[in-house]
Amino acid sequence: MVEHYLNLAVKAIFVENMALAFFLGMCSFLAVSKKVETAVGLGLAVIFVETITVPLNNLIFHYLLKDGGLAWVHPALGQYDLTFLGFLTYIGTIAASVQIVEMVLERYVPALHATLGIFLPLIAVNCAILGASLFMVERAYTFGESVVFGFGAGTGFALAIVALAAIRERMRYSNVPDGLRGLGITFIVTGLMAIGFMAFAGIQL
Amino acid sequence: MLRRTLDRYEHLFHKGGTLERLFPLYDAADTFLYTPKSVTPGPSHVRDGIDLKRLMSLVVVSLIGPIAMAFYNTGYQANRAIQAGAQPLDTWQTAAMQALDLPFAPDVFLACVVHGGLYFLPVMLVTYAVGGMWEGLFAQVRGHEINEGFLVTGMLIPLTLPPAIPLWQVALGTSFGVVIGKEIFGGTGMNILNPALTARAFLFFAYPAEISGDVWVAAGSTPDAIAGATYLSAVTTSGMAGLEGVSFRDAFFGFVPGSMGETSVFACLLGALLLVVTGVGSWRIMVGVTLGTVVAAAGLNAIGSTTNPYFELPFWWHMVLGGWAFGMVYMATDPVTGTHTNTGRWIYGVLIGVLVVLIRVVNPAYPEGMMLAILLMNVFAATIDYFVVRANIRRRQARAAA
Repeated sequence: MVEHYLNLAVKAIFVENMALAFFLGMCSFLAVSKKVETAVGLGLAVIFVETITVPLNNLIFHYLLKDGGLAWVHPALGQYDLTFLGFLTYIGTIAASVQIVEMVLERYVPALHATLGIFLPLIAVNCAILGASLFMVERAYTFGESVVFGFGAGTGFALAIVALAAIRERMRYSNVPDGLRGLGITFIVTGLMAIGFMAFAGIQL
Repeated sequence: MLRRTLDRYEHLFHKGGTLERLFPLYDAADTFLYTPKSVTPGPSHVRDGIDLKRLMSLVVVSLIGPIAMAFYNTGYQANRAIQAGAQPLDTWQTAAMQALDLPFAPDVFLACVVHGGLYFLPVMLVTYAVGGMWEGLFAQVRGHEINEGFLVTGMLIPLTLPPAIPLWQVALGTSFGVVIGKEIFGGTGMNILNPALTARAFLFFAYPAEISGDVWVAAGSTPDAIAGATYLSAVTTSGMAGLEGVSFRDAFFGFVPGSMGETSVFACLLGALLLVVTGVGSWRIMVGVTLGTVVAAAGLNAIGSTTNPYFELPFWWHMVLGGWAFGMVYMATDPVTGTHTNTGRWIYGVLIGVLVVLIRVVNPAYPEGMMLAILLMNVFAATIDYFVVRANIRRRQARAAA
């Protein structure tokens, strides 16, 4: 059992890296990777939010949306299949839980709130977060699996964005042609990083 | 004589000269042939006259061993396969061999060297021509010097390729490696991934048919007795049994199929010796890679696996097969794309060593993991350095505060 969860985590972090294998969450990946410090902050926030929202959406899917998922309320409701509400519900859940988490943190753990700060609301609409929830549904993860997967997917994204930020800090010494400065070269670096991550492609766990 | 010729035409290339725009080309030729004239005037802290050009030249010198092996072993493997019954490839190389009246015999030294050279030289020439063209173009347009870094890159690319690779692919791969891997970052010293590895990886992913599997011997479909694939892929399917028919000595000295220049661990170690003694290559990275490989391979041996026979390969075989030694000596120690701090070099080296074993063993898609392990660590080199430096700053601050 432990081995299964470990494999799932490795797969989510490296083999199916959100940023470098699926290219999800590119907007914040490219925008918030100028400095390692901020990248670490965003990375932590992504880990945090994914570990919470993926299991949450897992519960929602299993007990509300899934075909026959409502049967526990009343047998008559068992005939409904609400999966078409998936997108709407997941993004709503993410936005709401991010908001609640932020309020809770601000009240009880101000230090952590100061670190994650602006990144929490910023990633409410990050497609890597929504993507993780959708993958969870598509691959029919159990609750336990979705906790591990959420954590792994977030960690993979954090790893990638910190690496990109470190590279961009080092690239201050580079002499990039004018037309490619900024986003252009960052896209190319992302592509080159993805070549590096191809090392994991094809690993069966 | 050469010096005088160069001096005679020098004025043409300076400001106001008729060929002013071609100065980078002139400069490249001049400083490649002679020590640069620019010296540090006045008091300075420079202890040595070494510059990037001399440094890169040293790497090229250290590559002599693998290059010699590229000539000999490429021909030796092809001749061996042909003698065992394989058809010679229907290429001009075969025609040239016949025209020269050389036998396809593995025990005739000259026949091996010539046959190998007929495959290796064109690949090398194409790499230098295409890469040099891009290098010159960028130097011309962007006004920087043509850098000897390309001498090394251009030599590493052909050494990592299989003998019968189509030349247009060589040209394409070299272009990708030099332009995307290096020049758009501003040239040597500013890139993040090793350009030679970038070129190799590009070809590997874009044209897998020509660069993996049964392509490592320059002869037609090989009889069963002689492997056309590398021994690493044999290990993937049948474990240690796949290594029957190859002695450790052959693998160590490089008389096995493989990329043209990477087979000989012995030649690479000679090069490593030169690099370490002259201080060009980092011994920390090399020792780190070795340690990582030993630990990871021993760990996997201990774990064992019933389904994956690759688990049983001991670390000494990991080191003599495939591109392990070549990658460790010439690719991992790249001073630009590796880590720049000494602590970072240890971490970087060990992680490469661990990753290469893991990729080889755990990932069935790539029996050879050295290239990808190094590329991946290139990606993380900057991150490692960042945290090493931060840790150092914190430690010093704590000391200053105390």
